[in-house]
Amino acid sequence: MHHGHEGNHEAPQSFLRRYIFSLDHKVIGIQYYLTALFMMLVAGLLAMLIRIQLAWPQAAQPWLHKILPGLYDPNGIMRPEYYPMLFTMHGTLMVFFVMSTAPVSGFGNFLIPLQIGARDMAFPFLNMMSYWTFFVGCLVMLASFFVAGGAAAAGWTAYPPLSALREAIPGSQWGQTLWIVGMVFFIASFTMGGLNFVTTILNLRTRGMSMFRLPLTIWAMFCVAVLGLLSFPALTAGAIMLLFDRHFGTSFFVPSGIVIADKLTSHQGGSPLLWQHLFWFLGHPEVYILMLPAMGFASDIISVFARKPIFSYRAMVYAILAISTLSFLVWGHHMFVSGMSPYLGMAFAIFTLLIAVPSAVKVFNWLATLWRAKIHFTTPMLFALGIVSLFISGGLSGIWLGQAPIDIQVHDTYFVVAHFHLIMAGAALFGVFAATYYWFPKMFGRMMNETLGKLHFWLTFVTYYLTFFPMHFLGLRGMMRRIYDPTQYDLFKPLQPINELISISAFVLGAAQLIFVFNFVWSIFRGKKADRNPWRANTLEWTTESPAPHGNWRGPLPVVYRGPYEYSVPGAVEDYIPQHVAPAEVKTVGTR
Amino acid sequence: MSRIQAFLFAGFTILLVVVAVWAFRKPWLPDLAADRAAIDARIYLTMTVTGIAFILTQVLLAVFIWRFRAREGQTAAYWHDNPRLEFTWTAVTAGVMTILVLGALRLWAQVYSPPPADALLVEVTGQQFAWNVRYPGPDGVLGRTDPRRITVDNPLGIDDQDPRSADDIFLVNQLYLPVGRPVRLRIRSKDVIHSFFLPNFRVKQDAVPGMTIDIWFTPTQTGTFELACAEHCGLGHYRMRGFVVVQTPEEFAETLASLPPWSGQ
Repeated sequence: MHHGHEGNHEAPQSFLRRYIFSLDHKVIGIQYYLTALFMMLVAGLLAMLIRIQLAWPQAAQPWLHKILPGLYDPNGIMRPEYYPMLFTMHGTLMVFFVMSTAPVSGFGNFLIPLQIGARDMAFPFLNMMSYWTFFVGCLVMLASFFVAGGAAAAGWTAYPPLSALREAIPGSQWGQTLWIVGMVFFIASFTMGGLNFVTTILNLRTRGMSMFRLPLTIWAMFCVAVLGLLSFPALTAGAIMLLFDRHFGTSFFVPSGIVIADKLTSHQGGSPLLWQHLFWFLGHPEVYILMLPAMGFASDIISVFARKPIFSYRAMVYAILAISTLSFLVWGHHMFVSGMSPYLGMAFAIFTLLIAVPSAVKVFNWLATLWRAKIHFTTPMLFALGIVSLFISGGLSGIWLGQAPIDIQVHDTYFVVAHFHLIMAGAALFGVFAATYYWFPKMFGRMMNETLGKLHFWLTFVTYYLTFFPMHFLGLRGMMRRIYDPTQYDLFKPLQPINELISISAFVLGAAQLIFVFNFVWSIFRGKKADRNPWRANTLEWTTESPAPHGNWRGPLPVVYRGPYEYSVPGAVEDYIPQHVAPAEVKTVGTR
Repeated sequence: MSRIQAFLFAGFTILLVVVAVWAFRKPWLPDLAADRAAIDARIYLTMTVTGIAFILTQVLLAVFIWRFRAREGQTAAYWHDNPRLEFTWTAVTAGVMTILVLGALRLWAQVYSPPPADALLVEVTGQQFAWNVRYPGPDGVLGRTDPRRITVDNPLGIDDQDPRSADDIFLVNQLYLPVGRPVRLRIRSKDVIHSFFLPNFRVKQDAVPGMTIDIWFTPTQTGTFELACAEHCGLGHYRMRGFVVVQTPEEFAETLASLPPWSGQ
């Protein structure tokens, strides 16, 4: 399996082969990560514009016209045709190009070989291809802001006929086509990555690293890769069919008799619901593609800083497997009121509440890990605890939404926006931060600043709750998603103070990220030098230098003797026993 | 150092629980105006169940974080499973979920049950960006429509060759309903997907082109209520707003009688 990966082959010397067209999984992981952070900046700015609009929908803000003359009319009122582009691209970029990319393609690539004891991914060239395919996808998505008609505007879910008929909405011209093309590049890239993940984890584990000695991060990455490989093809097929509907006169998703702008279209026989099935067949596993890595990071980081074994490692693995399997059987809970047969809705309600069981098990296991622990509140630990907190707060509203009759009232309202931002986006975002503060020393050989890190955590944590928790109440009142001006409705006018509070919190949340950017850049050059194992952790990446060299270990590959969570073992001198230390070499109290 | 962080995290968590409980107990749902009190009851039941779970888990998180913060000379326990405890919490969670889903399915079946025979039939057709309302008129039958006949003056493409069309009554963004009588709505769309949403009635149903979807409910309060579009349908989505006017049966009969039939418009 290793083809020339045994031993240390020379690291490439030229700048281009070393940092740009690199085959090294660590460089590729960091490339993915940095690109995703840039996309996060773009998508985050779109969110800020959305929040300005929702808090003060009719207030003239001439300063915005000066900055963005296209988006705002000379009086400083947002042109309504741009609002749908903002939420469409915010969702698309965040879900796929940020929150799937940074944890999975970024940290997955970086960590898998280091944590399983391999010199690189199984297919380094494919890995490089995958990054550059993703990069093209990013360029296509960003370019779509500048084409005639503007970016895609049919929502990140791109429901046809709105997305299929070019007359339906301004962004449904070239913007929607580029959206499809960009998604196809993204999916191609994710598929290459997924093949690499699965092959690497199954075949390149070092001696002694059985599946049940893998860190939970790797289990999560493995399941995520399988989920991606099995679910993305449905969206690929859907996207190509949508492209054909738009440009080549087919009618996969467009029924006959549609009259738009007083003109009868020539489409016949298609089904708009078919797209929804294809989209959510990917879309729901995709939610877990975002969340599982964060759950893996949280498990690993909590165990390290609680100085305790993760509670019930096997139950954690089975919970990941159960969530992954069930994630294929719940997509219809996005479609309870779509016109789908109510009988189908019943099946999806059952599976949706069932998936709450393994999710709850994970929370209980994290809590049990903290019981009688010795908790060190480093920045990565704070973010990991933040994941647990948000996972509880956001997860419980899933029990509301999974009950089809309740969904009738709250579907497509801000209740749903609250739910998925707290659980999915929150877990993924906090996961990225936890992982960054934790693995930064292995990535760059230096520590991030702890004071700035804690300041970043507290501002982010508090404003994250202030931004997204009140959205539950807007939703219960009935306030819909994706509306340019909620004050059009008498029912929602009294909600404006809440919308203002949310927006102000969101601005602080956005601004707080500048602390992170500063800390990140500053620490790369000026951070305290990190030794091999600054957190006194057990997993294999901490047995090599910081940063890890090309080929990951200068000598032979480490051999594994135990699971990754042996902390505070009675009788041992140290409160951690790394995976690679042979049983005979463990210092015990008696042999001191 | 760990004392401050533990205090902040535990303190924030407790504050979150207190504020969340206070805020969720406020009456957020719009006043109920239809016979769907069971949906509200289910919302409040679920709020209670998930509220208890929220309080328990968040308070445990806060307590553990404060109680087990790193201190000098303390060591962590080496404790990594407890099959009985794990079985218990898995079984309890599964039990609660089973009870919740069974109740939800019952209610779901009720909401989507066939409408009573005496239900008033009204057709609602979404279009960018208005709701077309059509009553069948005295004959009780909606006339044929044909998309090829759609013009600015005939937005539904009503077929005037069909004798059943003549007495149909046509309105835009105004839906009159009698209180206390079940109403059966035929939800349609002529362009993209819309969603017929009556926040006060706990009614929401997507309007899908190519499909005719029947729902039914009974208004229980007279008054004027807002009708919203809940599915992003294009530029004017945010202002695709209509009104439902629920009247006494007598008033309703008068209103219908005063509206001109389609053929007379």
